[in-house]
Amino acid sequence: MVVSCEEVWREISNYLDGEVDPALRAAMEEHFSGCKQCAAVLDGMRNVIQLYGDERMVELPLGFSHRLHRRLEENTAPARRTFLGWVVAAAATVLVAGSFELARSSVSGHPELRSEHARPGNGVPPEMIVVVAADGKTFHVPGCPFIHDKARLQRITAREAMREGYVPCVRCMKKYLST
Amino acid sequence: MPEELSVLGGRAAQFNEEVLIRRIRDGEHDLFYELIRPYERRVFAAALAILRNEADAEDAAQEAMLKAFKHIRQFRAESRFSTWLIQITVNEARMRRRKEHADIMEPIVDRQDEEGNYTPRDFADWREIPLETLERKEVRQKLAEALASLGEKYREVFVLRDMQHLSIEETAKALAISTASVKTRLLRARLMLRDLLAPGLGGNWSSKLSFAKGAKPW
Repeated sequence: MVVSCEEVWREISNYLDGEVDPALRAAMEEHFSGCKQCAAVLDGMRNVIQLYGDERMVELPLGFSHRLHRRLEENTAPARRTFLGWVVAAAATVLVAGSFELARSSVSGHPELRSEHARPGNGVPPEMIVVVAADGKTFHVPGCPFIHDKARLQRITAREAMREGYVPCVRCMKKYLST
Repeated sequence: MPEELSVLGGRAAQFNEEVLIRRIRDGEHDLFYELIRPYERRVFAAALAILRNEADAEDAAQEAMLKAFKHIRQFRAESRFSTWLIQITVNEARMRRRKEHADIMEPIVDRQDEEGNYTPRDFADWREIPLETLERKEVRQKLAEALASLGEKYREVFVLRDMQHLSIEETAKALAISTASVKTRLLRARLMLRDLLAPGLGGNWSSKLSFAKGAKPW
């Protein structure tokens, strides 16, 4: 197959994208080897693609990321619970609490302690506000440095914590624990 | 990076993206910035290609990313998130362009028959250019000027395909045109850019580029 310069120009972009069939590709390569002008066009086009393809070609304006982040924060903020969400959550809490009450009244006695190293926190004032993590084992004074999962803490009374099987932290609750 | 590794990295990134999208849909809205951060530059570039003005492009880019957030539930996993995001950006930028520039005439080149043959104008040798020249601001400036001088339909295709590295199919989808049109416009855009840049970049750097004189050869 022999191709003219015009045909080469028409397909030169597809050639660089690997979008021409093998026969045409071979014919074009043959042409480039003998035609200086078309070879120059090919080199130039390759340079164009290479230069513009470099990511340095796009410079973000100064402060772009910062302004974007701020605008997103302003507009995507209500990640906090919606009113309906709170209603559902409150209802769920009532249900859970209710089931604990039910469990307590039917089984009688205390649920199993969450830690085998536990010491029952009988000396802890029952109305004291403590913090627990949902999947943790211990309850703490708010701000205790030995809290592991600080991200998902819940504030409840010591009585509730103990009812749910949490045990007092041996550091921050030390003074309440009988030795 | 060896190709195999970069492929693995790509897959890991994609997996990470799926996880992020799921968590955002489940209410962790503050993760959205993390999701789009790798694409900031590309979104801005797409908007700039259409609007040709940094301030407008930044505003359109922000708006497009907010729209992506609002419609994140409509994103379907069969397309890439980046492609979807670029598509939203293109739509946003085009809409603004229509609104703000309705009265401005398109460059003549846009009304030309794109099927017509384009003859390369300059056969100057363009020696290999080390990519390091891109470190020079004046070089980037010349490239940006050349790109800005193209008609919109050529610029859009060129930016998505050659600067953002979308495939021909993805470019067609993002612009809502056929793959045949993508190929034709891409050919034209690449040839025009070569013609604009070869005399200056191929020869003497200090010489003025022909397009800088204001005369468009087509």
